[in-house]
Amino acid sequence: MRLNTLRRHFRESFKSLGRNGWMTFASISAVTVTLLLVGVFLVIMLNIQHITKQIERDVEIRVHVDLSATDADKDALRAKLEALSGVEKVTYSSKDEELQKLIESFGEDGQSFRLFEQDNPLSDVFIVKAKNPLDTEKIAKQIEPLPSVGKVKYGKGQIEKLFAATKTIRNVGLALIIGLLFTAMFLISNTIKITIFARRREIEIMRLVGATNGFIRWPFFLEGLWLGVFGAIVPITIVLSAYSYVFDLLYPKLKDTFFQLLPFYPFAWQLAAVLVLLGACIGMWGSMMSVRRFLKV
Amino acid sequence: MIEMQDVYKTYPNGVIALNGISIRIKQGEFVYVVGPSGAGKSTFIKMMYREEKPTSGKIMINGVNLANIKDSKVPLLRRNIGIVFQDFKLLPKLTVYENVAFALEVIEESPKNIRKRVMEVLDLVRLKHKARFYPDELSGGEQQRVSIARSIVNNPSIVIADEPTGNLDPDTSWEIMDIFERINDRGTTIVMATHNREIVNTIRKRVIAIERGKIVRDEVKGEYGYEA
Ligand SMILES: Nc1ncnc2c1ncn2[C@@H]1O[C@H](COP(=O)(O)OP(=O)(O)OP(=O)(O)O)[C@@H](O)[C@H]1O
Ligand SMILES: [Mg+2]
Repeated sequence: MRLNTLRRHFRESFKSLGRNGWMTFASISAVTVTLLLVGVFLVIMLNIQHITKQIERDVEIRVHVDLSATDADKDALRAKLEALSGVEKVTYSSKDEELQKLIESFGEDGQSFRLFEQDNPLSDVFIVKAKNPLDTEKIAKQIEPLPSVGKVKYGKGQIEKLFAATKTIRNVGLALIIGLLFTAMFLISNTIKITIFARRREIEIMRLVGATNGFIRWPFFLEGLWLGVFGAIVPITIVLSAYSYVFDLLYPKLKDTFFQLLPFYPFAWQLAAVLVLLGACIGMWGSMMSVRRFLKV
Repeated sequence: MIEMQDVYKTYPNGVIALNGISIRIKQGEFVYVVGPSGAGKSTFIKMMYREEKPTSGKIMINGVNLANIKDSKVPLLRRNIGIVFQDFKLLPKLTVYENVAFALEVIEESPKNIRKRVMEVLDLVRLKHKARFYPDELSGGEQQRVSIARSIVNNPSIVIADEPTGNLDPDTSWEIMDIFERINDRGTTIVMATHNREIVNTIRKRVIAIERGKIVRDEVKGEYGYEA
């Protein structure tokens, strides 16, 4: 395409935005509301996913070895654990190591546990990790009846709850967003329809003098594109400033927990890109619907 | 060269507008298409720039069968055909110059050529001095001259006109005919549907008479032949 032609299409598309003032405003607002919701939803979903991942990583089955077990029993147990299906890794942690970890985890206060170094009341432990964290419970149940096994401990129910919550949020969010997406698309397609109507004389003449269909369509696609992209500006600004605020607020409090939020960068760029892209798609799709129906080219 | 063979056109509502038309128009001819209202003249004209497709039959323009070409090829066909209407079809917000240039801009002609070509055709229709005027500042005849200028700015080999003088008073109509003759003198084929008896009988050219979708008369230097 010639540079002149491109400039012409840009000019025409902007002229239409101005000419259809109110419809332009309505369309951009619809995109804004939609993307705002998409943005908030994405922030929540991605953070939940991020947190879930961290928790998952920490979900392990702690198999306490019976105090009476001999070294041979331990070796046999280890082999059995490793043979279970769905098990990713089995690590051994002796009772001395366990005590050491306990002392460390309590920091300053942990020093009092040193008393137990002479007569350690803890058990040796096998730490079993499932390939799929959701299988944790199933595997734990299989371990319980094995010989030389004392207590079996795992983060029961934690993950399931998180997954259930995620699912509800996702479904409600998706339903809302799909509804809004269609509203926005419908409004954009109406705006374009008005533009096409306002320019029907011009289009008629373009056809008569032999302009190609592509040439005729371009300004309408661009107009739709602008409606979508301009609609993304406000949501990006709001969502990202809100996120940066919340992040700064929560970061110090969550620092030592499982609940780590996604760091602001590169998340901010990715989110902005997704919203702009989504706006552009809504816009072009909306304009395509009108162009197909009313332009018959 | 325009050639039609057994062209039939039935509109979706069942009206048979063309009922077996065969004709041959050589390059550089000047042809009037006459006939009563509703005879099928406009339909005949629309066949030539493929505004309508024939129900059956062949329409060859410069060796291409319009009945077969894809919709995507229609724009290219139209770049070789100038079209003039009774109602001028000018864009009111563009000046005379811009209206003519529009036809070249939308087919992506280079700006340098546009300027040159537009000035040439405005000179031909004698409106160079009004290039900056807007359509509503012009008389009907002048507006029609602008629309003719636009139709030929792309140097088409054929110009087709559907009642180009239909909205104009007699004096102005003669001006328009003068322009058409000048265009024809340069070797451009002119096909013009008209109800203007005086023009047809004075500026004698080939006359094709259509009635009820059929050609009933085809004469070199013919007459209008209907009561006014
Ligand atoms: N788009 C259309 N759909 C249905 N019927 C049509 C259409 N266009 C024309 N007709 C019919 O086809 C017939 C021929 O019409 P056409 O316009 O070709 O006549 P015409 O000779 O140009 O008449 P006029 O001198 O009044 O302009 C008429 O009966 C008309 O009603
Ligand atoms: Mg007619």
